[in-house]
Amino acid sequence: MFTIISRIFQFGFKNFLRNGWLTTITVIIMTLALFVFSWLIFFGVVTGRAASSIEDKIDISVYFNTNTAEDEILSIQQSLENLPQVASVDYVSRDQALAAFEQSHANDPTITQAVSELGSNPLEASLNVKAKDPSQYGAIASYLGSSTLSQYIDTISYNQNQGVIDRLARIVKTVEVGGAVVMIVFALLAGLVVFNTIRLAIYANREEIGVMRVVGASNVLVRGPYVVEGVLCGAIAAILALIVSAPLLFGVNPYLNVFIPGLNIFPYFMSHILMLSVYVLGFGVFLGGVSSFIAVRRYLKN
Amino acid sequence: MIVFQGVSRKFDGGEQTALEDVTFEVDPGEFVSLAGRSGAGKTTIIKLLIGEDRPSKGRVYFGQYEVNKLHDKDLPAFRRHIGVVFQDFRLLPTKNAYENVAFALEVAGRPQREIEELVPQVLDMVGLIDKMKNFPSQLSGGERQRVAIARAMVHRPEVIIADEPTGNLDPFHTFEIVKLLEKINELGTTVLLATHDKEVINSLERRVITLDRGRIVRDEKKGKYILV
Repeated sequence: MFTIISRIFQFGFKNFLRNGWLTTITVIIMTLALFVFSWLIFFGVVTGRAASSIEDKIDISVYFNTNTAEDEILSIQQSLENLPQVASVDYVSRDQALAAFEQSHANDPTITQAVSELGSNPLEASLNVKAKDPSQYGAIASYLGSSTLSQYIDTISYNQNQGVIDRLARIVKTVEVGGAVVMIVFALLAGLVVFNTIRLAIYANREEIGVMRVVGASNVLVRGPYVVEGVLCGAIAAILALIVSAPLLFGVNPYLNVFIPGLNIFPYFMSHILMLSVYVLGFGVFLGGVSSFIAVRRYLKN
Repeated sequence: MIVFQGVSRKFDGGEQTALEDVTFEVDPGEFVSLAGRSGAGKTTIIKLLIGEDRPSKGRVYFGQYEVNKLHDKDLPAFRRHIGVVFQDFRLLPTKNAYENVAFALEVAGRPQREIEELVPQVLDMVGLIDKMKNFPSQLSGGERQRVAIARAMVHRPEVIIADEPTGNLDPFHTFEIVKLLEKINELGTTVLLATHDKEVINSLERRVITLDRGRIVRDEKKGKYILV
């Protein structure tokens, strides 16, 4: 058994080195396919970040009548936090709202003077509510609009911005679903390209498979070296795809950063290099091995 | 050792006949030539014997094996009892002469030490010890066929089957190959040679089974090639 396994690896390595052009072309095509695959992962990161950066910008603010007691507001905050749709609720007291207002208009003496002349704080306390999913703001707004709470509430920003929020929610959904569909389609295409390339490479070897069979090689000994060769092609192609990706990501990083602030794809690549290597290498090795295994099967009869 | 019992092989639902009721036996140590024109059925007999094809009717025996009943998974082990030489050599292009010959032993699971001992001996016997590192593309037709013969005999099979082994060779190399097959036969291996080469058959003066349109028309102990 050990002899057979060591011969399978020995034949696989030798064939890989001696098949020259066929190996080179297979590795090049697999590199392109795995390059697409690794960029699908980056694409997933980009769409994820794009969707979450839009999501971050959506929230609803609930402004309370100035005569509403703080305890009341805090208990409403508590009840909101207990809602399954709610991700977070931030309380901004009247004093905090005034401080923020004064700070943002510190350079405008007319406004600061007008506020000080009023003698009292005209601003309302508010709760900033973020939903777990942008499509759930409607449900949160209608909870706040219920008769028991509406007596304390002056305005809910959702009611004014409903159209925009719903549109943004739809954009987030489209980006997420569209991104997933694109990833699946391209991953399938990459897989099919690799499978067909290996099928052609093995088709070119069909006569040799016939010779091995006539000489008395068992199926394991015929198929094994091709699987080893496929795995080697997949592994080398994966490494090449990652090596080619690094400088390209470095190059596109500043441009992507303009579109989606806070997204640094190259540092992401460097900090996740181990995980990415496992994915791309795993995909390459799996595709190479399984494609060879399946492609040889048809030549193993008789 | 080899027995064909009423073997027929038809194609296209019986419209094309490759073999028709063929019966013969080959004893151990014999040198038998299968003679006949192209399409007479020589290659079909060989394909049936190595299990590459199955008869439409009849039985094919090799030693204790009933070849026509062997499953695909049993064929590799069965084929290690036979050495086959083809007209187009069928060497593995990515292996050199040594590795091509060694391959027949490697597939049989023979230990490395035995392979390193046997392969040079056999290559020496076929006169290619100096070219054992050459790849098939670096060898002449005659040399390739000698590598193929070395591969066919290295695992000491009970029978060597040669299907038109001289078909692609010039007269000089043809007789070189025939002499090699005679030498192998003298060492005790049964040889079954399929050929349409009149000169080869007449020079051998051994048993000749002549085929014509799938039927055996002559089976003589010391035969000559006679056109039907």
